Amino acid sequence: MSRSRKLHITDKLMRLLLVSAASTSVLIVCLIFLFLFKEAGPFAFKPGLEKLLDSQWIPVSFQEEHFGVGPLLSGSALVTALAMLVTVPISVLVAIYIAEIARPAEREFLKPFIEILASIPSVVLGFFGLLVVAPLVKTLFGLSTGLTALTGALLLSLMAIPTIISLSEDALVSVPYALKNASLALGASHLQTIFRVTLPAALPGIVAAVMLGIGRVIGETMAVLMVTGNSAILTFSPLASVRTMTATIAAEMGEVPFGSIHYQALFWIGIILLGITFALNIIAQRVLKKYGMMK
Amino acid sequence: MKNNAADKFILFSLRFITYAIVLVVGYILFDIIKNGAPALNWQFVSTFPRRSGAEGGIFPAIVGTLYLVVGTIAVSLPLGVGGAIYLAEYADQGRFNTLIRLAIITLAGVPSIVFGLFGLGLFVLFCGFGPSILAGSLTLACMVLPTIIVASEESLRAVPKGFRDASLALGATKWEMIRTNILPYSLSGMITGSILGIGRAAGETAPILLTVAAFYLPRLPKSFFDQVMALPYHLYILATQHPEADRIRHMQYGTALVLLLLVLGLSLGAILIRTHFRKKFRW
Amino acid sequence: MKKITLALGLLLLTAIAGCDSGPKQQSAPVQTLSIKGSDTMVHLVSSWTEEFMKAHAEADISVTGGGSGTGIAALINGTTDICAASRGMKDKEQNLAKENKVSPVEIPVARDGIALIVHPENPVNSLTIDQLRLIYTGKITNWKEVGGADTPILLLSRESSSGTFVFFQEHILNKEDFSPSARLLPGTSALVQAVAADRGAIAYVGLGFAEEAKSKAKTLGVQAKDQPKPVVPSEETVVSGAYPVSRPLFFYTNGIPKDTIKQFIDFCLSPAGQKIVRETGYVPVS
Repeated sequence: MSRSRKLHITDKLMRLLLVSAASTSVLIVCLIFLFLFKEAGPFAFKPGLEKLLDSQWIPVSFQEEHFGVGPLLSGSALVTALAMLVTVPISVLVAIYIAEIARPAEREFLKPFIEILASIPSVVLGFFGLLVVAPLVKTLFGLSTGLTALTGALLLSLMAIPTIISLSEDALVSVPYALKNASLALGASHLQTIFRVTLPAALPGIVAAVMLGIGRVIGETMAVLMVTGNSAILTFSPLASVRTMTATIAAEMGEVPFGSIHYQALFWIGIILLGITFALNIIAQRVLKKYGMMK
Repeated sequence: MKNNAADKFILFSLRFITYAIVLVVGYILFDIIKNGAPALNWQFVSTFPRRSGAEGGIFPAIVGTLYLVVGTIAVSLPLGVGGAIYLAEYADQGRFNTLIRLAIITLAGVPSIVFGLFGLGLFVLFCGFGPSILAGSLTLACMVLPTIIVASEESLRAVPKGFRDASLALGATKWEMIRTNILPYSLSGMITGSILGIGRAAGETAPILLTVAAFYLPRLPKSFFDQVMALPYHLYILATQHPEADRIRHMQYGTALVLLLLVLGLSLGAILIRTHFRKKFRW
Repeated sequence: MKKITLALGLLLLTAIAGCDSGPKQQSAPVQTLSIKGSDTMVHLVSSWTEEFMKAHAEADISVTGGGSGTGIAALINGTTDICAASRGMKDKEQNLAKENKVSPVEIPVARDGIALIVHPENPVNSLTIDQLRLIYTGKITNWKEVGGADTPILLLSRESSSGTFVFFQEHILNKEDFSPSARLLPGTSALVQAVAADRGAIAYVGLGFAEEAKSKAKTLGVQAKDQPKPVVPSEETVVSGAYPVSRPLFFYTNGIPKDTIKQFIDFCLSPAGQKIVRETGYVPVS
């Protein structure tokens, strides 16, 4: 076989291999949806999906089992909302500092810290939360225990802050020089430019970052499992104990006989989680695309 | 004048918040290092746990985590890099391309516990692998795939267009061109991004909770079908379920520290590799 | 070029990993055994395992906790050889087992008292079973209603996967549901730590754990309906039946145990095994 012939065959072969490699991501996503629905499916017939709208989550009972995901959704929502309340202001302000104000040397010092924060495994943060943050919350608010939604929210914000900082920083840096220079040329101070020109211009990117941060926070498991107290109650109080969807799956999955109704209900929670994070992701991408800042 | 005072205050606040975060990170590291360092000795990292982890060491958990990391790399690296090469060099703006990108974005957003459920349903149950290194690695690989693809694609696109044109003009086939003119220059970025992603995966508990982790295994695993102990799971159990949890703080902190060092070590390694490669392949 | 080196490196690592890194044993083939289930029993089972493997080098036993429910589920799913359970299998589970062609055999291997623990400074020293039921179903919410200080009761419990949870629900709560405001903590030691940290806390734990935590938490006496006075849990009162909240701890196997499984269980039931039961704070099966 001539050399050029061999090369051509190699070429075609490589192309095939690469296409297959690329297709695996599509395959995996399809499989995820397939298997989640496969395992959860029967629940739609046997107790019926309206059972998920029950007001309580009591999966193990001698009386009657309740599979209402309401308390779990509210638990996840409360913890996420609290976390975002803390995270968004902090992240945006820090991103502004790093992108616009810090000197290059300072930047080189700060960025590794953010990277390190992002790398800390969630179980380690949960452990730290258990030993340091929970007692702190307990003493600060004079509670009977530090295992509350607030504690979980604080840990979650530690996890979301690096994500939102780095994405917001990208957004701020992407604002065209022309805009910034025009503002300065018109006599605005550096800070005025930042807050009235750069920040608004970067807003779509920052909004997208926040949405991705929310997705990250809702999906977090270990840290909340260890510090939120895990009571399945519907509450708005940050000082109460809550049970998130993720912690429920992690805590209860091991005990369910495969194929049981409880098992299927847990998979439904997984589907709901997937749906929420998927929607957030898509919206974030749309926002980025619409404002011309595709990542 | 008023401007200046207000400005100074704002600047101060920004600086304050930023360094407050730095302090918090520093404190977390300090706390873990201070409490974990005393537990670190040769015995701790090289012996098996005794008395359900209250004494002895965490050697099998370290080995287990390493096995999972290797397994994850073995699966996700070829798939991720391959996919990235396809996206950067071959793909047109067609529907298939959009589909792949959508899939990557979706995967990137899936919560880790959902990956655990998926791994359980597909690899452990359907494929019949049972809880095993194989199931765990495959699950983790799915989780890490989007990170690797994105990082690799970025580093591929960073290579100037001129390289491609020059090579093709000289008569190279597409693959030849990629192999000789693009891969060497993008390799460092690919490896860096991949190792960073895998480092984060090494610290994950949720995906391995349902697919591979065991609390006490008397011997090291002998095959891909065995279960392993793993550092994140070990820490979780020691901290919440061990009967003597508050008397073995040093064991918990030691485990946390080793895990932290492993993850940060991987990140550091990735950055060093990138710097080394950058020096070698400059353009 | 570098990619090849990387690949070779990976292959090398895998090869090293594949090599036997434990002591070489050419004698008997390795017998692997998997035990899953009760967190209450995990310490006991681990201790049994360590002792057993000292005498039987060819045995390879893995122990995982997760709660009795986890173990039973694993037995039904066929993913474990022995299930450790701190409660009996429910009818539903028996049916599911039958559906999966699993025939569970129940073997009592130890006994356990369930202790109620409170903060050491809590003035209350004992409770009746009725009071316990009212507290844990949320009908009594302040310690002053049972003769204590004016402090709200902090209810602590295990997760529903725990055999202790189910046993407590069946026998103390008379099958009523736990109050939804009970905090469900992931493990027994988490419960002990929470009790030690708060004056108003109450939790239920296996006797062995309560004795371990003597300095941090106070064990209450419990008074059953037909008893003249409260009884404090201990090995004697559990064995004699005087302490009303006690239960057998089981191993479940699929079918009558054979081979290594049988050897292991025989060891657990032997005097040496039962001595370990005592040492870990449980009560020998009579």
